[in-house]
Amino acid sequence: MSFEPVIEKSPKVSDEIKKTTCYMCACRCGINVHIRDNKIRYIEGNKDHPINKGVLCAKGSAGIMQHYSPARLKSPMKRIGPRGSGKFEPITWDKALSIATDWLEPIRNKDPKKLAFFTGRDQSQALTGWWAQQFGTPNFAAHGGFCSVNMAAGGIYTIGGAFWEFGAPDWNLTEMFVLFGVAEDHDSNPIKIGLGKLKGRGKRVVSVNPVQTGYAAISDDWYGITPGTDGLLILSLIRELFLSNKIDVNYLRRYTNSPWLVIQNPGKNNDGLFLRDQSGQPQVIDRLSGKIVSHSKKGISPEMSGKIKLDTGGFAIPVFKIMYDTYINSTYSPENISSKVGISSNRIRKFAADLADAAFSREVVINQPWTDWKGEKHKKMIGRPVSMHAMRGISAHSNGFQTCRALHVLQLILGSIEVPGGWRFKPPYPKPPEAHPKPSGKPNQVQPGKPLTGPPLGYVLSPEDLIINEDGSPQRIDKAYSWDAPMSAHGLMHMVISNAVAGDPYHIDVLFMYMANMAWNSSMNTRGVMEMLTEKDGDTGEYKIPKIIYSDAYSSEMVAYADLILPDTTYLERHDAISLLDRPICEADAVADAIRWPVLKPDRDVRGFQSVLLDLGARLKLPGMVNDDGSAKYKDYADYIINHERKPGIGPLAGFRGNGDKSGRGEPNPGQIESYMSNGAFWHKEIPEEARYFKMANMEYQKFAVDIGIFDKPEPYTFQIYSEPLQKFQLAALGHGNIQPPENMRDRIKSSFTPLPIWYEPFEGKAVLEDEYPIHALTQRPMAMYHSWGSQNPWLRQIHGQNPMYIPISLAMKHNLSDGDWIWVTSHHGKIRVPILTMAGLNKKTIWTWNAIGKRKGAWQLDEDAPEAKKGFLLNHLIKELLPAKGDGQRWSNSDPITGQAAWFDLKVKIEKANINEPHESYPQFPPLPREYGTIQDPPKKLRYGIEWTKQNKAHNKSDNS
Amino acid sequence: MTSLPDPSAIKLGLVIDLDICVGCQACVVNCKEWNTSGYGAPLSDENPYSSNPNGAWLNRVHAYEEFNSEKVKTVHFPKSCLHCEDAPCVTVCPTGASYKRAEDGIVLVNEDWCIGCGLCAWSCPYGAREMDPVENVMKKCTLCVDRIYNDNIPEEDRVPACVRTCPTSARHFGDLGDPNSKVSKLVAERGGYDLLPEQQTKPVNKYLPPQSSCESNEDQFSLLEMAESNSPKGFWEWMDNTLERLG
Repeated sequence: MSFEPVIEKSPKVSDEIKKTTCYMCACRCGINVHIRDNKIRYIEGNKDHPINKGVLCAKGSAGIMQHYSPARLKSPMKRIGPRGSGKFEPITWDKALSIATDWLEPIRNKDPKKLAFFTGRDQSQALTGWWAQQFGTPNFAAHGGFCSVNMAAGGIYTIGGAFWEFGAPDWNLTEMFVLFGVAEDHDSNPIKIGLGKLKGRGKRVVSVNPVQTGYAAISDDWYGITPGTDGLLILSLIRELFLSNKIDVNYLRRYTNSPWLVIQNPGKNNDGLFLRDQSGQPQVIDRLSGKIVSHSKKGISPEMSGKIKLDTGGFAIPVFKIMYDTYINSTYSPENISSKVGISSNRIRKFAADLADAAFSREVVINQPWTDWKGEKHKKMIGRPVSMHAMRGISAHSNGFQTCRALHVLQLILGSIEVPGGWRFKPPYPKPPEAHPKPSGKPNQVQPGKPLTGPPLGYVLSPEDLIINEDGSPQRIDKAYSWDAPMSAHGLMHMVISNAVAGDPYHIDVLFMYMANMAWNSSMNTRGVMEMLTEKDGDTGEYKIPKIIYSDAYSSEMVAYADLILPDTTYLERHDAISLLDRPICEADAVADAIRWPVLKPDRDVRGFQSVLLDLGARLKLPGMVNDDGSAKYKDYADYIINHERKPGIGPLAGFRGNGDKSGRGEPNPGQIESYMSNGAFWHKEIPEEARYFKMANMEYQKFAVDIGIFDKPEPYTFQIYSEPLQKFQLAALGHGNIQPPENMRDRIKSSFTPLPIWYEPFEGKAVLEDEYPIHALTQRPMAMYHSWGSQNPWLRQIHGQNPMYIPISLAMKHNLSDGDWIWVTSHHGKIRVPILTMAGLNKKTIWTWNAIGKRKGAWQLDEDAPEAKKGFLLNHLIKELLPAKGDGQRWSNSDPITGQAAWFDLKVKIEKANINEPHESYPQFPPLPREYGTIQDPPKKLRYGIEWTKQNKAHNKSDNS
Repeated sequence: MTSLPDPSAIKLGLVIDLDICVGCQACVVNCKEWNTSGYGAPLSDENPYSSNPNGAWLNRVHAYEEFNSEKVKTVHFPKSCLHCEDAPCVTVCPTGASYKRAEDGIVLVNEDWCIGCGLCAWSCPYGAREMDPVENVMKKCTLCVDRIYNDNIPEEDRVPACVRTCPTSARHFGDLGDPNSKVSKLVAERGGYDLLPEQQTKPVNKYLPPQSSCESNEDQFSLLEMAESNSPKGFWEWMDNTLERLG
């Protein structure tokens, strides 16, 4: 018997397709949202979109469930119970905004820095940073400090750009792609698309990662490195390449500072600085004339070795000679580093040989003439087809900044940055630190009732730029830009609560946060932070952080610890600008930006945070946010996006300016957002072909960047292998100059602020006994889950609903463990009880788990029995925000000493099998958060999403049959 | 018992490239998202916000490790109905609900006739069918039969949702009955294979094997001689020559 029913093969899909930008993670893909009966029928990737070209990941495909989540907040709320109790009463927006105004106005008029405004996964920092500046507080940053600032700062200071989503391998031409560490959560679809292309072309993919998950699984070579030793491996590769003459000398000479002369004058205040002429131009030896000339002189042939005596004392030698002497040292020989990095010396040599082979035996040539910044003409574009990518894996260590710099130096000696087949910048990069603003917020720049003189975040170039008091103490609450973390370009969000409660450097009045789950997975020492948020002053009985304002769309763990809640919309209900002023969606061959717009109307009393911020700014009469008559300048964020000008003709969006016909620069266009909407929510302009490579030195690109408004004048520059800003801090630590570090910090600065990248032992590993805590522990991010935000998502939580601790088989055997057993994991700071799974593809000294799957009971509108709460766990409980005390009274942050990057992955632990009688429940557990507050509905027991349409499809089908 | 039609000339199916799959789960979720409002009853989820969340999915990605003392290889393995030519899930069906389309070989469930007995799922050697926990009907991959012929969808998008969304292009859709089709050629070139051929189900879907090895590779290499013995003098001489050449 076989019967084939007639089926509906052409059912209706949707009433309308609305194109906007995804926000299920930081990737910013274009999406087509199919709307049927005013509900979401389907979300797919937008094929025209520069980021994702039609594809969409698991997170993006689960957007329906995020939008209709029962964990969504429904209205503004005011805390009525004790902090942490989760007891709130709903209030109106007017009430909420007047409370916030009443809290903030007196601070601004008295001491603006008493406001700490920190935004988490913020995609609107061009607005939020400007708002902080107009308020007048230096205490602003987003989450970069606990994310990947080492990667960002290491990149900017070295090559004027960073990996992140700010650059990309030349996927179509590269011969070898090397991926260092965890990278699955940033630029995720573009990298996946690229990996597909590479594998399709049969090119080599190499993964350096303690864990063989995700992208590492499809690599041709996997190097299961010991955490925190990446820098050592990279320097060893550099050594091998030097020793085998496999370096691109021509590239180094033209595009890096390797021929620049460095003063060698030990003990003097100019030791290690560049030899400069009177106009400040760095000097080189011209081998044609034998003279000392400016590096920028046309037609010279800079010498890479040699030594000249200086009339002013001492000598000068090229950077390259210092590099050579530094890196051929046997300290970095494969044999000497092998046991430390956990990779055999043979394999390290093989790795170097593969790099050399790809770079030098498979040169890529594009017959495209171009002109460099000196006016010298080149007939072709020649490239070395090795590309790399790295993110948090190498970054989240206390030696991460120098490791990131080392990786860029490796790319540079291979001649593989911004060349055909190599790794390429996406506009607005390349942009050297000198082209960025310096941070504002020095004591004289913070004035009652006035804005800061500039943006609170920026790039310091010397000790003179630090944001410190006269006595050298930190001026910012997070101690950014102080001697604790001089080059902390993204601030230190992970230190804000801890410092504010300790009153070190001072107490604050209001903590204002956006999308930052600090009472859970976004903090080190989570239990401690929960206690800090509820800690009261013994004398006054007031909370040590007196007022907390928080904005989130969902009932995250942090909501319970706030006093005033400003509920945000979902990403489908809001306007946003993915701006060239911030983090745009450019490609290596095009500039591009994008918007979000409300494809659905909110069904509750929520407002987009950015609109709320502008409203609050107007109520506070912040400059730029009010008209002369005191009325609000902007109706909402959309109005700001259209009409705000950072400088004449430059606004949040670069596309469709003027009458819709101008790109980059042009008058505000009232129809701009509509133009974006009808263009798929993005704007895209191709870079001319002669400007597509060597952008840092390519005059055609520099002109293009000026035309488009990225620069006001051409900013060509030279890659900084040798970092003079670092040397200036080094000189300060050696006692030179008026601005001096505290005595107890000198040694740390001397050993970490080296002008050439080096490797040193991560701090936590150095502070604890190797015998006691022999194991490294870290987290990775699943491709199908974005931090906490995905855990309420019923589809994604079926994929990642609990997180085992993965342990190497050899370690399991040693401790007599098998899958499903429970262990205690102990660090110098705390202990957790967790379930295990064994794994073969894992560094032998490393255990790991998925990040941010563990949940506090009752949060995110999940049932108290949810596996996320009962079996899931956070590694955060083991990681303290401070290093073990050294007895000098200093609260040493568990961070990179240069940038303040949170050193999550420095964690060292020991493990032991849990007693058989112990409960199979993760430890620690906390009292459940009440589930009712602020949420609009009880979670359903069953989901049958789309049932009305499946019935319609079927009814249609039946009528067809009849 | 339900009988199978004569083998169709057109055999629509998927070719899945294990060399490229990174296990990102995009295909899994996009499939769920499309199909929960598509063919048949919704793909329900029971206990979506509490313990033991349990939903029906038409496609899942499994991960496993192959290893010995020398090397480790993680494999991500997407799995959905393989639309077998000799589909035991069809012949076992007591009501005729489970059937294979004569026109294109797609195996479907006529949910009006499905009594939720689960015999088909038991008979499937691949575990590719799932009982919907709420609707109590058998769910399985339809090859997006409501997309691939759908006049309301742009022609270029008339492919299964999993194929359209796959970020690494590890999934291909086409006619495996046509030896000249793109998918058939891919199978021929890359040594595409049947899953569990000994089961004699003649699956239409094919898998392309992983090519990479994640070798531990302790062997000596010969790509170039790393001149460990190069003295600094040698290096600078080489430099000098190189700089001369560049002028």
